[in-house]
This record gives sequence, structure tokens and C-alpha cells, in this order.
Amino acid sequence: MEALLEQIFNGVSLGSILLIVALGLSFSFGQMGVINMAHGELIMIGAYTPYFLQSESGWFDGGAAGTAFVVALPLGFLAAGLVGVAMERTLLRRMVGRPLDTLLVTFGVSLILQQAARDTFGAPNVDVVSPTWLTGRWELLGVVMPHRRLFIIALVMLAVAALSAFLATRPEGRRMRAVMQNRDLAEVSGLSTRRVDRTTFFLGSALAGLAGVAVSLVGSVGSQVGTGYIVDAFLVVIVGGLGKLRGAIVGALALGLLNAFSEFWTSASIGKAVVFVAVIAFLQFRPNGLVSFRTRGLVA
Amino acid sequence: MKTTRPRRGLMALFLLLAMFAAACGDNNDNSTATGGGEEPAGGEAADAPDGDTIKVGILHSLSGTMSISEVAVHDAELLAIEEINEAGGVLGKQLEPVIEDGASDWPTFAEKAEKLLTVDDVAVVFGGWTSASRKAMLPVFEGLDGLLFYPVQYEGLEASPNIFYTGATTNQQIIPALDYMVEQGMTDVYLVGSDYVFPRTANKIIKAYAEEHGLNVLGEDYLPLGETATATVVSKVMDAQPDVVFNTLNGDTNVAFFKELAAKGNTPDQIQTISVSVAEEEVGGIGVDNIEGHLVAWDYFQTTDTPENEEFVAAFKAKYGEDRVTADPIEAAYVGVHLWAMAVEEAGTTDVDAVREAAKGLAFDAPEGPVTVSDWNQHISKTARIGVVNAEGLIDEVWNSGEPIEPDPCLEKYDWAVGLAQGECDAAKEAA
Repeated sequence: MEALLEQIFNGVSLGSILLIVALGLSFSFGQMGVINMAHGELIMIGAYTPYFLQSESGWFDGGAAGTAFVVALPLGFLAAGLVGVAMERTLLRRMVGRPLDTLLVTFGVSLILQQAARDTFGAPNVDVVSPTWLTGRWELLGVVMPHRRLFIIALVMLAVAALSAFLATRPEGRRMRAVMQNRDLAEVSGLSTRRVDRTTFFLGSALAGLAGVAVSLVGSVGSQVGTGYIVDAFLVVIVGGLGKLRGAIVGALALGLLNAFSEFWTSASIGKAVVFVAVIAFLQFRPNGLVSFRTRGLVA
Repeated sequence: MKTTRPRRGLMALFLLLAMFAAACGDNNDNSTATGGGEEPAGGEAADAPDGDTIKVGILHSLSGTMSISEVAVHDAELLAIEEINEAGGVLGKQLEPVIEDGASDWPTFAEKAEKLLTVDDVAVVFGGWTSASRKAMLPVFEGLDGLLFYPVQYEGLEASPNIFYTGATTNQQIIPALDYMVEQGMTDVYLVGSDYVFPRTANKIIKAYAEEHGLNVLGEDYLPLGETATATVVSKVMDAQPDVVFNTLNGDTNVAFFKELAAKGNTPDQIQTISVSVAEEEVGGIGVDNIEGHLVAWDYFQTTDTPENEEFVAAFKAKYGEDRVTADPIEAAYVGVHLWAMAVEEAGTTDVDAVREAAKGLAFDAPEGPVTVSDWNQHISKTARIGVVNAEGLIDEVWNSGEPIEPDPCLEKYDWAVGLAQGECDAAKEAA
């Protein structure tokens, strides 16, 4: 029983990480049809933000690592968002509706960003100091819940809540949904799809930056930190279904739990294989993912 | 207006792409400049005319998941080359390092090794960290009859005539660590490792040892290299409540593993760990708080008390900065360069056969203490040490083997290890 609860927590915890890295992608890929291979590098920008504040900027010397981390959350969000906007303005807006071109172009951008990170921060991976208030843990029904994990779960819940409120109530959010559902109709109705695309891509990129700050708590940070998450992020968006926030949430949770349990019952290496086999089998029955959505999606 | 704008935009895009391409090209040029070895160690090499230098290859992962460990090894090799050059070089010639990046990718190691041997025509290559990279390079060095100095402890069961192994083999690190565990009464063991050849072979040896010495192996888990989702494995370990985790994880996964173990509330007096791929260099990345009090097994620590080590640590810090640390593979890489230079001096040539012959029985006062090259298997005798991570992130020795242990890569001296070796050492034996 205890082991079961423990695995549920581990699964939810992994799911929260998957969700936060996939959230941004569900906008850029799910809603705009941009196969953004540089999503991982936007995560990397976010992950380097707390490191930069803690170790290189010199603004938070003398045990203020925790403050630096908190500041890194909005700053990482903004930094990645701005890089995303720069990408959108210079490259991607010329490729609306050409997903395969975006794949190649964003892959190139990802290589450039990785090299830039290596030149700026050096090749060896670096460690982000966790704030002291995140180093503790709670125990409930025999399940050990590290604060760090709870923090990521809370952060992703907050992000999801803010996003759904934004999409449902703000005019910009409603415009985003309109363009996603039918680009041509939105355009003839007088919406500037370009401006909406810019907002969508900013949001997608900025969320990747936020994810980066979060995952810097889990492992170490390096130029390739994003590449480890990019496959998982696409997996979540595809399993969840394109273009739906709800899909990404369900997809991330399902994958997290499946991963935790298959790893627990078999071994870590077989667990990984089990997850991929399950995803392939699942997509045979539901090619449009868990939450399907009538859209021309990628071919629009 | 409407029609000209997109065109202008298109022009701008082309311009931008051209700029990107140019920036990219620059980047590539830069990386070949460092990668191509035009960066001399100390500045003399570049000035010397071609015939007066000996090219030596350096091939480590300067990027990717293994760079956390390998960059420092590459630094140590450059330090040794600089020392040798300052003392007049080898055979009166300066050494000229040619640096390549293996990028944590095993086929890249093979490809770059071939490039170093055929295009750059280097006399020797110092390189590799993971056994997977060594196994990928091995056929290249055997096929082209090159020479590789490999500086990291490994799983044994190998003795290629084209490789010198300056790190520990199993009977100089893992077996002493197991002996130490038995001595300390730590009998319930959980095996955690990265999913590649070193941890899997090492655990095969550990299980054979466990059967003979009454250790209980409670579980065995492997994580892919670079994996950071360690929560489930840590849960399994905590549920099993072993006395000790024998940790053969490599690279970044160590960071996530120790962070998670500490976050779940484990302390070394509950579940101890003994790591064979975590040294001073990695402790910084893991965070001292997460690993303080845990055990590591090596043949050298920065704190090892020899006059040679005092000099070595001082030289390393002087060249690379006070905040840098030395560690076992760093020291082994440094020793490797010096051993090769001594062997070349002895042989009077860089010819591979002559160097191999001259290296036999070569003794050197290394920072870790006296080492001697074996007369048949190209490993070196080393003193095994167990240490505990202290609050400064350094390692305090708690046990050592007292004298250098003869390398026994195929574990022929151990009855319980019969059958583990499948004749890997026979060729080397016959040749000797």
C-alpha cells in the first residue's frame, strides 16, 4: 500500500515535470503547427537563468541563492519568451503552415543556441543551488514528499490555472483559440493572425523558460539539458492530443504514472521500453491522442 | 506597397540567413581552431617548426553529458604536456597537442580517433572516459596499430596491446571496496548503475563476489546515461533498506540520484552509498550537502599525502584556478602522459612497438604514490583507497591497501571469479 502510494506520488511528480516541459510545446506545436526543435533550448535558457543569477551576475551574493531562484522564475519566463519572439519574427512567421520547414529551421536554431550556451557558460555542466526552503520534505501516510517535487507540482498547477483563465477570459486568449480553431475564418473576420501567432509563440516559449527554471532543481544544467526533455515533451503533446490544454495535462499524468509503475515493477531500463511500446500501441487506436479535437491541425 | 513588402521581407530573411550561416561558420572555425590543436600548451609548440614537434592526440567529451567529468581530465593532460615541454620535451622535441571533442557520443569517439591517427598522424592518443567510448575506439587503435592511454577506472576483462590503462582495474578498486564493505559488516547491497558496459560488467563481478562472501544483493537497477528521473529507483532503494548502495552511475545521473536520495530524507548512517565514479570533480556538481558523509572508492584523492601530490595539486590550481580540484581520473591522466613520455625517452622513438616494449616495468613516483607498469597487461600497479566526502567537498581517506596492488584485469587470482573472463587476457599473456 505504502509502495503503491509512493509510486503514485512519483508518477504525479514525474507527470508534473513532463507537463511543464510540454505545456509550451502544446502551444507552439499543438496550436501553431510549428515543430519547434528549439523548444529544448528554450528550456535550457530558463535553466541557465537561476545559475546566471546565483553564480555569474554577482547580484545575489551572500547566501541569497533562494531569492535568486525566485527572481529566476519570472526572468526565465521572460528571457525564453523574448528569444521565442525573436525566432518568430525573423524566421517562423515566414513559414506558417509549413511544419516540415519549421522543423529544419528550428533544429538549426537549437544548434546555434546550444553552441552559444557552451561559449557563454562553458562546456561542463553546472549546479543550481536549491533555495533552503525547498530542501526539506513532508511525510504523509509513509510517503516521502520532497518540497522540491511539491514545488514543481504547485508551479505547474498554477501555470495551468493561469493559462486556462487567460484562454477563457482575456480577449488575447480568445483570439488565440479562434486562430487555432480556424485560421482562415479568423483572418476574414478581421483578426490579425500574425499578431496572434506572435502572442502564442511568446507564450509557448516563455512557458519553456519557466520549465527550465523548474527542472534546474532536479538535475544539473548544461547546454544539452533541453535535448533530454524534447522527446518527452513531444510524446506528451502527441499522446494528449494536439491543441488542447486538457490533453497535455491528461497525457503528462498518464505518461508519468505509467513510467513510475512500469519502472517499479520491472527495472528502469525495461520501464522505458514499456512506455514507448504502450504509446505506440495506444496511437494505433487513438491516432489523434487522448483528447481529440476536430481540426486540420498540422495540414491547415 | 502590398506586393513589394513581402519581397523586401524575403530579402531580409536571406540576409539574416546568410548572417546566421556566417556566424555558424565562425563558430565551426573556432571549434576547429581549438579542436584542431592550434592551441598550444604554453605557446612554444606553435612557434616550433613542424619537424621539431611530436603531435599527441587528446580525445575527451568536451560537450554533452560526460563533459562534467572529462573536461578536467583533458586539462590534466595539457598540464602534463606543458610540464614535459618546459623540461625540454621528449627526445628533444616539443609535444604538440591535437584536441578533439568526443561529444559524449561513442561513434564520434571512434571517428575522431581514426581522424587523429590518420589525418593528424599523432604518436599517441590520451582519451576516453566511459568504457563505451573505449570499446568504440578499441578496434580503431588495434586496426591502425595506434596507442591509446585510457585514464579511468573500468570494469576489467580487457588487455588490448594498443591500450595503456592508467586507471584502476577491478581488483584495484571494486574488489577492495567490496572487501571494505564486508569488513564493515555492510552485507545487504543494492546495485544502481548507468545502463552501459561498465556498470553491467562491474555488477556481474560484484554478484559473483557476493555469492562467495555472503553478501545479499537486494536489487539491481540501471538508468540510461543522462537520465534525471531517478525518483522511482530511489523509492525502490529506500523500500529495500539495504546497508549500502553500490553506485556505478556515471555523469549527470549522479546529480539527480544524490539530490533525490537526500530530498527523500536519507542520510549516510541510514543507507550508505559507495560510489566508484564520483570523485572530487563530481562532488561540486552534485552539491556537497547531498553527498557529505557518503563513501567513494578510488586510488587517489586530492588529500593523498605525498610530496608529488602536493606539487601536482599546486601546479593544477596555479594553471586552472584555486577553486579547481584534482581527482583520481585527473591524476591518472596526468600520470599517463608522463609514463608515455618516459617510455618514449627509453625507447628513443615514438614507434608503437618500441614504446610498448620500453614501458614494461617502468616505475614512476606519481601523486598517488609509486606506480609500476605491468610487464604483460599494460595496466599499472596502484594503491586502493576508500574515502568519505567531507564538508568542503574533498575526500578524507578512511582506508588504503597499504601497498600498490598488482593489476589483474582478468581476475585470475580469485577463485570465485572463474568463468567471468572469457580469455580476454590470453593474447596479451602469450605476447609477453
